[in-house]
Amino acid sequence: MSAFAVNAFVIAVLALIAFMALRLHRLFAVVMLSGAFSLTAAAQFVILDAVDVAFTEAAVGAGISTVLALATLSLLPEEEKPHSIAVLPAFLAIATGALLMAAVSELPAFGDPNAPIHNHVAPEFIAGSATDIDVPNVVTSVLASYRGFDTLGETVVVFTAAIAVLLIVGGYTRTARRQKNNDKGGPHAG
Amino acid sequence: MQDDVVMRVVAKVMIPTVMLFALYVQFHGDYGPGGGFQAGVIFAAGFILFAMIFGLNRTRHVWPPRYNLIGFSGGVLLYGFTGIASMLMGKNFLDYDVLGATATKGQHLGILLVEFGVGLTVASVMVSLFLTFAGRLTHLRFLSKTEAHERFVADEEGTK
Repeated sequence: MSAFAVNAFVIAVLALIAFMALRLHRLFAVVMLSGAFSLTAAAQFVILDAVDVAFTEAAVGAGISTVLALATLSLLPEEEKPHSIAVLPAFLAIATGALLMAAVSELPAFGDPNAPIHNHVAPEFIAGSATDIDVPNVVTSVLASYRGFDTLGETVVVFTAAIAVLLIVGGYTRTARRQKNNDKGGPHAG
Repeated sequence: MQDDVVMRVVAKVMIPTVMLFALYVQFHGDYGPGGGFQAGVIFAAGFILFAMIFGLNRTRHVWPPRYNLIGFSGGVLLYGFTGIASMLMGKNFLDYDVLGATATKGQHLGILLVEFGVGLTVASVMVSLFLTFAGRLTHLRFLSKTEAHERFVADEEGTK
């Protein structure tokens, strides 16, 4: 019962933050709310015993994303442009949400030991993590060893994102460099 | 924020602590929650704190932007070469068993190396994203919001 109360409270806070972010038009407040949303989501992940995910959500979602959004924000005007509700996107979003909620009832219960996901490769990984790899944190052994190829892909994705940002706004293009050479100390210096 | 004594003093205490915690998360990931991704982000947060308090110029002096390029390329290369090393020693790509004297020792070494690669990449990417966005602001700092926006739009038009 108390677990249900804690879950209900966290979900209610998440919904409240999302609703407030929807209503507000001051972008600074919206960025702050999205940071608060991530932090609350991290609390929810802790409740679900996913501490590694919670850690990432708190560090990336609440920390770095907020800072980057604030840095971007200082290039933008303070207020969102007034606009009316777009009917088609709103309908699509609500329909997708309803479909997902309908699908939730079909899922196996949370923590059900007979769920397919717990009977595929997971038992082998959990047993092997102690004997083959000898690492107490199963998340690390799956992430770095059993699924090392996926993690390599993820690292390359992060790398690619940085390259793209540097090319688009960082002035690492040939035109920008030429411009910089033409007027030393211009706005794109660095 | 460079003129604020409280900020400066607190930051000087906080930055080494944050970075030390990042290293703990990096190298303790085998035993507790954490690993390269989280450690990289926390390490970058310490750096970003430095940049916010002491300004971009001093940050560029401490950590030139080209170090970021070396950092994130080096991280991916370290990860990839760990895989290739296990291939050269006769196993599959990223099968760390052969890297050490015993299979588990090899796994430990392999995980340490690839997690370090991930941490290096993520930290340098985050720092470089922040410096890139913040670098666009340096010439706008003394303008009002609307002026800054107009200048930015004009800049964008100019580069097209």
